Amino acid sequence: MREELIISGRMNASIDPQLTIWAWEIPLYLFLGGLAAGILFFAGLYTILGKEKEFPSAIEKTPMVVPFLLVIGLLALFADLNHKMYFWRLYTTIRLESPMSWGAWVLMVVTPVSFIWAAIHLKKSFPKWKWPYAWLDTTEAFFISHKKILAWIMVIYSLILGIYTGILFSAFNARPLWNTSILGPLFLTSGLSTGAALNIIMAKSQKERHSFSKIDLMLIGIELFLIIHIFMGFLASTQVQIDAANLFLGGPYTAPFWILVVFFGMILPGILEFLELRNYKIPVLIPALLVIAGGLLFRFIWTFAGQASRWLY
Amino acid sequence: MRYAMAVDTKKCVGCSDCVVACQTENNVPIGYCRDWIVEVVDGTYPQLELELRSERCNHCDNAPCVRCCPTGASHILEGGFVMVTPEKCIGCGACITSCPYDARYPHPDGYVDKCTFCMHRVKKGQLPACVATCPTKCMYFGDLDDPTSAVSMVLKTRKHKTLIPEAGTKPQLYFLI
Repeated sequence: MREELIISGRMNASIDPQLTIWAWEIPLYLFLGGLAAGILFFAGLYTILGKEKEFPSAIEKTPMVVPFLLVIGLLALFADLNHKMYFWRLYTTIRLESPMSWGAWVLMVVTPVSFIWAAIHLKKSFPKWKWPYAWLDTTEAFFISHKKILAWIMVIYSLILGIYTGILFSAFNARPLWNTSILGPLFLTSGLSTGAALNIIMAKSQKERHSFSKIDLMLIGIELFLIIHIFMGFLASTQVQIDAANLFLGGPYTAPFWILVVFFGMILPGILEFLELRNYKIPVLIPALLVIAGGLLFRFIWTFAGQASRWLY
Repeated sequence: MRYAMAVDTKKCVGCSDCVVACQTENNVPIGYCRDWIVEVVDGTYPQLELELRSERCNHCDNAPCVRCCPTGASHILEGGFVMVTPEKCIGCGACITSCPYDARYPHPDGYVDKCTFCMHRVKKGQLPACVATCPTKCMYFGDLDDPTSAVSMVLKTRKHKTLIPEAGTKPQLYFLI
């Protein structure tokens, strides 16, 4: 059999024998960013639609966690930087060609907006809350009167936040597993799905919970379609992308991805949510937590597998 | 002006002198390298073919590392040198991930480091350290826009290739085959 044997004298740390430049920090951030995007999207959307009465938890309660998610995510991003003291360089330039640059700027908008949104709903969750200074009360009143504008900013920027992480990966043609334009929509759908799942947990009324179960079921369906679509695309593409797909079709990521992410993170919670909608007694915490754990694992697997996929020459 | 390098795979013996010359010239941290030797054995025994390549950054015309850099630390200078400004680099790793040749590495000081085509030497009219050192004189360096430069002359007469041109990077490191 004709064989090609490649021996390289290079042994740079984090590069060889396999790229490992991005460890746990990046997938954790991708997950938290997606989850935050999902929560903000639903809160903004139902505010714009004037459905405050039907979706009180999604608008007032769940967004309370977003500032925490984003701060932890930003700390993870900061932890990933190797030249930390120069992080501010991100904000001395706007580079439209670099998804990481516009991601940094989107976070600059989304993070303060999420804090404002949580602050103006603080009294709904903590009725005894009082702002220590009078000017904070006037600021709160100002933002409450401009809630719809905030909601619009949230909807638009959460969609960008949700999709840019996928676009960031898909822009790397050096990593064939990531180099697919399906990844943006897939990460966005996954983020919305984890956001919907958290809303299922937080919802007080059965009506709101069931609404999010239906939304989540639809999102899981879209995710499964996009995953099949991604692999169809890879298998019909060049050898490097066929090799990338094979990491998941017999390769080392086959079992974790198809069993843990696809079955336990999508199909099983989908079935459980469906049965719960049909009035079977199923604690909704189970499918919701499965979806969230699946979303987290998906980011980890895709980050690591992507770094294992490469061009060989 | 467009600087480029050509490596004669028929003359290279894989001695790694270029690697050591670069490490010395550029004060490359111990354990890392900006250029390296690749040996490719191809075929079925006893019909085997060996190719030796001295590889480094391809100083691509369409450099993905420059495109994805969020701060502008990665940039292209006049003459085609793909460079990194350490004081602008945040060490995010995007450029490392974006390079299909894996030519960049995280410097222990935090920023990303790579081959500079020895720009500091070229500006003084000298050859890059690897080219100057090569004991078999298998490397050619110069301006592609100058038809009399060493690299232009050798590319005119010899059959050559670049590495994974299908990655769309328009690499400027040529291999004579």
